[in-house]
Amino acid sequence: MAWKLNSSKPIYLQLIGILKSQIVSGQYAPGEKLKSVRDLAAEAGVNPNTMQKALAGLEDEGLIYTNRTSGRYVTEDEDILQQIRSENAGGLILDFLKSMQNMGFTKDDIFQLLEHHMNTQIHSVSLNQEED
Amino acid sequence: MEPLVRCNHLTKYYGRFPALNDVSFLINPGRIVGLLGPNGSGKTTLIKIMNSLVTPTSGEILIQGEKPDVRSKARISYLPDKLFFNEFMTVDELMAYYEDFYVDFDGDRAFELFKDLHIDTSSRIKSLSKGTQEKVQLIMIMSREAKLYILDEPIGGVDPAARDYILNTIISNYNPEASIILSTHLISDIERILDDCMFLKNGRLILYNSAEALRQERGMSIDEIFREVFRC
Repeated sequence: MAWKLNSSKPIYLQLIGILKSQIVSGQYAPGEKLKSVRDLAAEAGVNPNTMQKALAGLEDEGLIYTNRTSGRYVTEDEDILQQIRSENAGGLILDFLKSMQNMGFTKDDIFQLLEHHMNTQIHSVSLNQEED
Repeated sequence: MEPLVRCNHLTKYYGRFPALNDVSFLINPGRIVGLLGPNGSGKTTLIKIMNSLVTPTSGEILIQGEKPDVRSKARISYLPDKLFFNEFMTVDELMAYYEDFYVDFDGDRAFELFKDLHIDTSSRIKSLSKGTQEKVQLIMIMSREAKLYILDEPIGGVDPAARDYILNTIISNYNPEASIILSTHLISDIERILDDCMFLKNGRLILYNSAEALRQERGMSIDEIFREVFRC
């Protein structure tokens, strides 16, 4: 099944985002070999040149490295992985705060709501995550 | 890099009607190019000139530096928009025929693809459904090691599930030194596999750019851009 992509934005940026979250969520272990460009492109349902561009982007960021003879591997550098996790978390939180502010919630409201939900719904939140 | 296709001021008149009007472009090896345009925009005329089925009124098109002629059929694998097989042949006979006719035909590859799509190669082409006939054609065309694949409406009559399989077949079976020119109306289904988009309007090439650059510039999908450019 092809990956979920939005055709109105550059595809390679979306591929970078998806691959990043696959890596930091542990679908690829540190040091694991990635599939070939062609296989990844077929899996995502995209053009191999586009996948190539996305992988080059990840390589620039140090998230993967190329061994000239044997292919591409996920970095074993925990610092980089942690940095990407923080970036992703930062992005999620920023989106959340923006939406909350658009609905008119103040800083105090948001804190209170967060605390309330974390205390009472922690159980269902973890259940939802498992379903994902 | 030496371009695979070089088109210089190509013009074709049918009587007084200009089907193609001063069209120029280059295609490099390793690209998947979408040839997009409404009915009557000149797509099929351009494709026929590349396959030496129509002669241009003026201008020229060169494939690997040579004008299309009988010999270029050895380098170009062409899927016309109509069924062109002898319907009384079985798929097996067809494969043997291709094996004889094209030195670059890879029978094992074709056989694997038929197996994946559960097409019984002992059946007569006439007995297959329209969609299955189209799949057979496309498999035969993509099982050659050509330099240029020209696909005129390759997925029109095929159901959406098989479409995905066929697009994957296109992605994973072509050689990175080769290019594919693909004409279609089903833009949203194929735009993710395109490198470049060519928009033809009334016989003129009005837009030729990489798909990613177009998305970035306009914040729209190729399908949305098409609908905007060709709004009736």
